[in-house]
Amino acid sequence: MNSQIIFFILAALSIMSALFVVFSKNPIYSVIWLIVCFFTIAGHYIMLNAQFLAIVHIIVYAGAIMVLMLFTVMLLNLNKATEPHKPLLYKVAAMVSGGLMLLVLLASMRSTELGPYAAPAYSESGFVQNVGMVLFTEFLLPFEMTSVLFIAAMIGAVVLAKKEIH
Amino acid sequence: MSVVLFKAILVVLLFLISLGIAAYSTYAERKVAAFLQDRIGPDRAGPFGLLQPIADGVKMFLKEEIIPTLSDKFLFILGPSIFMVTTLMVSAVIPWGMPLEFGGEIYALQVADINIGILYILGVVSLGVYGIMIGGWASNNKYALLGAIRASSQMISYELAMGMSVVAILLMTNGSLSLNNIVEAQGTGKLYGFINVSGMNWNVFYQPVAFLIFLICAFAEANRTPFDLPESESELIGGFHTEYSSMKLGLYLFGEYINMFISSAVISCLFFGGYNFPGIDYLGTILPHNIVSIISLLVMFGKIFFFIFLFMWVRWTIPRFRYDQLMRLGWQILMPIAIVNVLLTAAAITLFGN
Repeated sequence: MNSQIIFFILAALSIMSALFVVFSKNPIYSVIWLIVCFFTIAGHYIMLNAQFLAIVHIIVYAGAIMVLMLFTVMLLNLNKATEPHKPLLYKVAAMVSGGLMLLVLLASMRSTELGPYAAPAYSESGFVQNVGMVLFTEFLLPFEMTSVLFIAAMIGAVVLAKKEIH
Repeated sequence: MSVVLFKAILVVLLFLISLGIAAYSTYAERKVAAFLQDRIGPDRAGPFGLLQPIADGVKMFLKEEIIPTLSDKFLFILGPSIFMVTTLMVSAVIPWGMPLEFGGEIYALQVADINIGILYILGVVSLGVYGIMIGGWASNNKYALLGAIRASSQMISYELAMGMSVVAILLMTNGSLSLNNIVEAQGTGKLYGFINVSGMNWNVFYQPVAFLIFLICAFAEANRTPFDLPESESELIGGFHTEYSSMKLGLYLFGEYINMFISSAVISCLFFGGYNFPGIDYLGTILPHNIVSIISLLVMFGKIFFFIFLFMWVRWTIPRFRYDQLMRLGWQILMPIAIVNVLLTAAAITLFGN
């Protein structure tokens, strides 16, 4: 029962902060609300016994990626006066893709069955040791593929950022 | 006394101790500076100037509070608050001493023994940068913004090397991320397998390289000299807190000292055996359990005070780095050394066992 109350509070906070991300006029506030949103999602992970995932989520997303995001937004100095007008084509394209996304979400929601709330049973499957075990045995290939992908991305970034030698 | 009540008291005590130590660190810093520069230092308020922190605190509270007109008021206030909260949050997972025992019940001197302790510390430390960034940006001042940007890029860069140096320690404690387990592991077993002194099996004797990397990164994370570029007064006036006044400035300055205190505690736990001290088992046989616990608590604080002194010693000895030097040290020197250290440790454990 208690976990249900916590879940509803967390869920409400997640949705609220996600909405604020979209509706904030100031991009800095958007970024800060996104950080709050990540925290509530980490809370959901903890509710599902995934401690490791929760803390890694905070370190990677809230601690690193959002810092860089905030960094960029601060340096861009965005405000109303400098906001360029976008062509009509962009607006239509954005509307169509947003509408398609809504369609997909609605279609997938239609076929889901919403059962009664069940508190997740206590399990140790989300502990660091168990996650590591599964990651390095059962899912070794996808794990290694992901790291190759990351290295490719890193090398790409270095190549792009490298100064031309005259 | 229930465990919950005990934990609540512990939390309040830790809060007060952190603030108290931070306040007296400001006094200690000035005394250490005076000692190193052959001066007397503060000696007017009370005997030996011992009331100086209280005088400073009263001054901070009574100063006029100025919020710049063109600043973002909400974020301007949010900045120092986040900074203070994140610095205080780290102390939750640190084991301060051996567990106390009252009437058969065991009370651990640690607020929360979570099995991801180290990751929790890295996570909370990485959040501390928001306080600086938000404060620096909201001031609407280019020097503050420059300071904030320097601080954030510096902290992100040094977090990586810091994390990598901790991995070597984790390899040695069978992959347990709980700080309690890491400290306990340093209290058992013989040093190098043959020196039989109880409570002396410290990680620093196996991992001096990891310790040095961690120490340097701790200096950088706490924005202390020689890495205090975010607030280098000769270039940026005051860096990210240029526009702050009164107690909001006080929170930033205080936060730095609490950071120092907590980093010292983490360094002691990871590398210097935490509350373990030579001969802890022998004392356990001749003294009651609780007395040994209190001695272990004092030993822990002794180690912490030594590292706080080290922080100050370095500050008044080594000049500030240039910004490109700082980045080169972090990315091109510390990172590769930390990675090689992890590989060597892993290889040694595979070849020779523990």
